[in-house]
Amino acid sequence: MLEEIKNKLYKFTFGFLDFPEELAPPTRYRLMRRNMIILGLLGTILPLLLMALINQHQYKQALRKEVIKPIRALANKTKHSLELFLAERVSTVKFITSAYNAEELADMETLNHIFKTLNREIGGFIDIGLINAKGVQISYTGPYSLSGKDYSKQEWFHEVKVKGVYVSDVFLGYRKFPHIAIAVKKEGGCGGNCFLRVTISTDIFKNIIASMELDPESDAFIINRKGTLQTDSKFHGKVLEKCSLKISTYGFGTNIQEYKDPNGEDVFIACSYFKNLDYILVVVQPKSRLLRAWYTFKSEIFFIFVISVLAISVGTFKFTDILVKHIQESDEKREIAFREMQHTQKLSSIGRLAAGVAHEINNPLAIISEKAGLMKDLIENAPDFPKKEKFTALISSILQSVDRCSKITHRLLGFARRLDIEIEPLDVNEVIKETLGFLEKEALYRNIRLELHLAKDLPRIASDRGQLQQVFLNILNNAFAAVEDGGEITITTWDEDLDTIGVSIQDNGVGMSEETLRHIFEPFFTTKKGYGTGLGLPITYGIIKKLGGDIKVRSKIGKGSTFTIYIPKKPRKE
Amino acid sequence: MEDFKVLLVDDEVEFVTTLAERLQLRGINSIVATDGEEALRKLYSEKPEIVVLDLLMPGIGGLEILRRIKQERPETQVILLTGKGSVGEGIESMQMGAFDYIMKPINIDDLIDKMKAAAKASCSTEKRNK
Repeated sequence: MLEEIKNKLYKFTFGFLDFPEELAPPTRYRLMRRNMIILGLLGTILPLLLMALINQHQYKQALRKEVIKPIRALANKTKHSLELFLAERVSTVKFITSAYNAEELADMETLNHIFKTLNREIGGFIDIGLINAKGVQISYTGPYSLSGKDYSKQEWFHEVKVKGVYVSDVFLGYRKFPHIAIAVKKEGGCGGNCFLRVTISTDIFKNIIASMELDPESDAFIINRKGTLQTDSKFHGKVLEKCSLKISTYGFGTNIQEYKDPNGEDVFIACSYFKNLDYILVVVQPKSRLLRAWYTFKSEIFFIFVISVLAISVGTFKFTDILVKHIQESDEKREIAFREMQHTQKLSSIGRLAAGVAHEINNPLAIISEKAGLMKDLIENAPDFPKKEKFTALISSILQSVDRCSKITHRLLGFARRLDIEIEPLDVNEVIKETLGFLEKEALYRNIRLELHLAKDLPRIASDRGQLQQVFLNILNNAFAAVEDGGEITITTWDEDLDTIGVSIQDNGVGMSEETLRHIFEPFFTTKKGYGTGLGLPITYGIIKKLGGDIKVRSKIGKGSTFTIYIPKKPRKE
Repeated sequence: MEDFKVLLVDDEVEFVTTLAERLQLRGINSIVATDGEEALRKLYSEKPEIVVLDLLMPGIGGLEILRRIKQERPETQVILLTGKGSVGEGIESMQMGAFDYIMKPINIDDLIDKMKAAAKASCSTEKRNK
């Protein structure tokens, strides 16, 4: 059961990477290539993507903190200034209520004096009035004639009666400019408690907010807990209008929210709640400006990511191409080597069989030859043999046929070349001369000049004579095939180094193209159309390698070819 | 009539007797042995100057006989009969002290030429020995 699930899981995930071994080569290599590319890309791009995302996230977090900190600080500081300002005003009013008794405050002269002093020393006071316990203004100094006004029905009057201090929301007075009222209870006098009430202009709010020096896209204003604007806002309404931003009206200290404003812009909103008062300082800053660095970083990361992915892809494709090509080539090489080996084995078994047959046939052939020879001898020696000429002709015919047969058997025996190496001390110069013996007739007939530059002091080496003969014969055969009648073949031998001697066979024949050069040691590659086996040079190569040597070819079309063979002086252990 | 005696050694009786007869017709004194023991026996009893020896024989092989001849009667010249087609094989046996080699099936005139040459060599060896 578990196995089954595992298998299914595997099929869903990596199953597509399977490929059956028995697929035809082009499909197999295509699949192999595809799989390697997929794995390569997955293995590189996934971690890269993950890294980029994590990096981006962390940077954003860090940057956010960095951005929020100053906003919070600024909001806090400004709120503090405002609180301080209000507290100061409240204290001033409290001070007046304590410093003067009710009678003095009820006196218009004194009140006027106080009002003037206040405006001279502190400023921003619009009017001042004393209200008795019944809520009637008994004295007043200010631009309006509000003496005798009854405040007993107003809400603030009840509040100040209970709390002792009252600070109003901003309101528009008779002159239609925003101000706030502060009222303080004075115990005793005027037949009970009386209350001193001042109104002050909110211009100072504006000044304090202006001192925040916010940039043009940012906004700061004060609202009360009902969401009514207490100062003008740049983007969110005029004073005493409802704020167009939704702001939670209850809170504590300063909190920062991320928010989408009505225009659809992402903003940071810092809300600073006043202590003991219904005011909230709101600072609105658009994110885009603050996080500009982040956006730059984001696009940089994206850019780097895209470039990396491109580079990785190109790299992976190239690398895979090279790798698969390599695998394909080595597969092909292995295949060729395997075929070559099979072929060699086939040849050698055919050779052995042929040699066996040839040898067995040689003996009866020899008997036929001798018997016929004897018959011929007898007939020739007899003076009066009837039909003597007829018989002589018949016997000659038999002998000719025997001759033909023996040629065939000898060729078959020659074909069964020895496969095992037999090492003996030998002189390479001598071996070359012996081999040339086979070709001298052809050279003479085709008027090919054989130049021999054989090193006189060439050391004797331990190698296989038969195999070397075969090597020289194969290369010389090729040279003979390459040169025109009247061409030239030069054979040079030299002492290469401590362990090696060199033999070069150079012809001035047709030469080979680079393409041909690449393939000459491959079995069944032949340029001798029709009569080449394509085995000469591969066998040569095989022998040289078996003897521990090396073979190099240089060739130029129309100029000729040079085969250089390096033979070890002592057989190398494999 | 040539003045040397030839011992023909080959296990193929038909071949060797016919060859002997033909050589006789050409005035060459030939005797026949069809195996190794007989060959060695006749080597002592007949004292031939030349031995024509087949390399491949059952019993004592050609190479062994060649070795014994070269050891005991070194003045005897040996011409090897070989079935193998390679030059190397011939060279090998030559190195063991054979005078020459000839491939089967043989050409009788070639064989006689080689015998004559061997006889000369044998003469000179004997003279040198004396």
